[in-house]
Amino acid sequence: MYPPLTTRTDLSGLGADIWMLGLSFIEVSSVAAAVELIVGVLKCRPPGMRLNLMPLYAWYILVVAVMILFAFPPLIAGDVLFEMERLLDWPFFDASRGGDPLLWQHLFWIFGHPEVYIVFLPSIALFAMLVPTFARRHLLGYPWIVLAAVGTAFLSFGLWVHHMFATGLPKISLAFFSAASEAVAIPTAVQIFVFIVTLWAGRVVWSTPLLYAAGSLAIFVIGGLTGVMVAVAPFDWQAHDTYFVVAHLHYVLIGGTLMPLFAGLYYYWPLVTGKKLSDRLGRTAFWLIFVGANLCFFPMHLSGLEGMPRRVFTYPEELGLGGLNLASTIGSFVIAAGVAVIVLDLCRSPWRQKAPRNPWAAGTLEWLAHPDDEDWGIRSIPLIESRYPIWDQEDFVRKVDEGRYFLPDAEEGRRETIVTSVLDARPVSVIRLGGPSWLPMLTAVALGGVFILTTYHFYWAALVSGMLTLALVLTWLWTGTAEIPEKPRKPIGHGIELPLYISGDAAPGWWAMFITMMADATAFSGLVFGYYFFWTRHEDFPPMAMADGPGVWWPMVALVVGLASWLATAGAREVHARGKIALARVLVLLGIAASLAGIYAGLAGPWLSGMDPQAHSYPAIVWTLAIWTTAHCGVAAIMLAYVLARSLAGKMTPAHDADIRNVTVYMHFLALTVAVTYLTIGLFPELA
Amino acid sequence: MSERRKWHERLKVTLWTLIVPPAVWAGHFLFAYLWAAISCAKDGAFAKFPVLFTLGTVLALVVIALSGWIAWKQQRTVGDPPPHDEGTEVDRLRFLAKSTLLLAGLSFVSVLFTALPVVFIGDCR
Repeated sequence: MYPPLTTRTDLSGLGADIWMLGLSFIEVSSVAAAVELIVGVLKCRPPGMRLNLMPLYAWYILVVAVMILFAFPPLIAGDVLFEMERLLDWPFFDASRGGDPLLWQHLFWIFGHPEVYIVFLPSIALFAMLVPTFARRHLLGYPWIVLAAVGTAFLSFGLWVHHMFATGLPKISLAFFSAASEAVAIPTAVQIFVFIVTLWAGRVVWSTPLLYAAGSLAIFVIGGLTGVMVAVAPFDWQAHDTYFVVAHLHYVLIGGTLMPLFAGLYYYWPLVTGKKLSDRLGRTAFWLIFVGANLCFFPMHLSGLEGMPRRVFTYPEELGLGGLNLASTIGSFVIAAGVAVIVLDLCRSPWRQKAPRNPWAAGTLEWLAHPDDEDWGIRSIPLIESRYPIWDQEDFVRKVDEGRYFLPDAEEGRRETIVTSVLDARPVSVIRLGGPSWLPMLTAVALGGVFILTTYHFYWAALVSGMLTLALVLTWLWTGTAEIPEKPRKPIGHGIELPLYISGDAAPGWWAMFITMMADATAFSGLVFGYYFFWTRHEDFPPMAMADGPGVWWPMVALVVGLASWLATAGAREVHARGKIALARVLVLLGIAASLAGIYAGLAGPWLSGMDPQAHSYPAIVWTLAIWTTAHCGVAAIMLAYVLARSLAGKMTPAHDADIRNVTVYMHFLALTVAVTYLTIGLFPELA
Repeated sequence: MSERRKWHERLKVTLWTLIVPPAVWAGHFLFAYLWAAISCAKDGAFAKFPVLFTLGTVLALVVIALSGWIAWKQQRTVGDPPPHDEGTEVDRLRFLAKSTLLLAGLSFVSVLFTALPVVFIGDCR
């Protein structure tokens, strides 16, 4: 994984490309998922479900999605640099040409550590759902869980260097990250105490899912305690690259992610299939996994402290670690046996009886689902007045089933849901969602083609696949979004009428664009970090011999035309809203022209001053920033052309202006990108 | 509510104000990291009494304490009976305010944690 071994094509084969481009593909999908989850949690809650009534799972997922938004993009930036070095020989991580392998480690671990919490929090979120069910009471300390989730999310971004304690960074930097690594123990512990207290105060039903939950908390706490130990830099220098670290991370991940997922599997299997899994097999599997995990990983603490290194498959007999390692080996087989029992349990599921509806007698909304499939998600969208509506609201299930709440019918045969306000879930509008279509599938295949074809160096085919992706996305948008409804409003029941079209910051589309661009800006900041990182690592950066490029003139021209396209778009939005459609179209055209000019002016700086990106990290990072920014100018031109086409086709009017409002959000971020890039590459060499 | 509400009661609590304390921690953390990295890389040392760092830390602590104080006042807003988990305006306000208060506590401690290395290590070793 670490350059220079992986960036030199003579030392590593296709595997590195498959790994890296595969990762990039997953990042794109994760960011898309994050956008959907955030908008879903914030804008699509049932009426009445204020923030303080939200199921804790939704809180955790909201927090995790925001973390994805800020954690994955730095790795996208890292991937860009990594592939540029592998495929084009641009020396970002090559120390002999002004690069630095540590830059990769920074970008990777800015992703990598929050990622640990990104897999941990959704698992813990399952506990927040099943613990109240089996304690037969409301969860105690609801705000404390929110503290834990939000606090962990923030602190997790101050931990990444604890994976780099042994790389020789200044001790003062290590100490900052050590401090944050200790601090994150606080919110993590808080949520565990909340679960314990809730169980203590309740009447506990010792079901199979709860058994998994309790066992995994025990394992996780041990991993947490060794985490506090390895967060101390001097201790980490001793334990680094030994089995002690292997023991730590497995205790954390088995207790914090894997076993909670098994708990969730046993808890939610009836929701997915309508059938329960076997308690007998489930408990047998639990004890095998629990005992196996401890037998496998506990001895590693001891063998690690005695010097057993990681990532080797042989070791000298004289170390005297044969006994401990044998115990670990036996433990791993016991875990495997436990997982095999679970697989057996799953395989027998199709022949089992259907369970009753809501088999655990839970109080939360998801258990409205029927064991038998229906043609709708929910019969009517309920009014929420409690955190556990099935327990607390009178005749709740019957009223939902009889369609006594909102949107009980689909008169026009469309897939519809209610958009509500962020804080208090007041109904805002009804939106129509896409129906079954091949377009998303085809888009996924085409986008996958871009990554897969690039991996195998079929660049022209990859380009064609990219064009196809663009065409499919535009078709999808054209046919499936911002549709002008056949009537302005529709009733949702109980005398409430809601609009069928909204635009601006009340609309989910606006939020989706805003959130996507937050991720985009974060990836961009990863590249900018690269520029300034090189500056701190070198005595003279930019190097004297190369400091002439890209000059001041062309970056400043690019800055001016970039900002002009932004202003033209913002102006177009304003005059369009006032009904001056012709003027708005002219301004959009100007915006397109300025964006296209921005591509030329942005690339002219490094091009005309003859900067050779293979020579040194300085020209390479300048080129990368210029290409990133001009690519965004190109996307702006496409978006603005789309807006113009929508206007000409009569699909965008002053009363139905979601398209231009959403594109304006993009342009705000473009203006920021343009300003940062050109002020950096144009003026910083004058100052440094 | 006929009497005029004090300024800290009139401030609207939202999801954005909820993340003020941890965002201040994040800002301070970034500031501390950049300050140390740049002074160590470019000057090779930082001053015996780091004025800039101290000012930044005090500022961060003051902002966190202030938002915690406002949240503490607001989470005592009088209204519905305990346990304050109803779907009402007051309980939603109390919930957000209490969560902000708890985050302020965590952020305050975390900023102190971040500041400690400068006190104890004191140079660029």
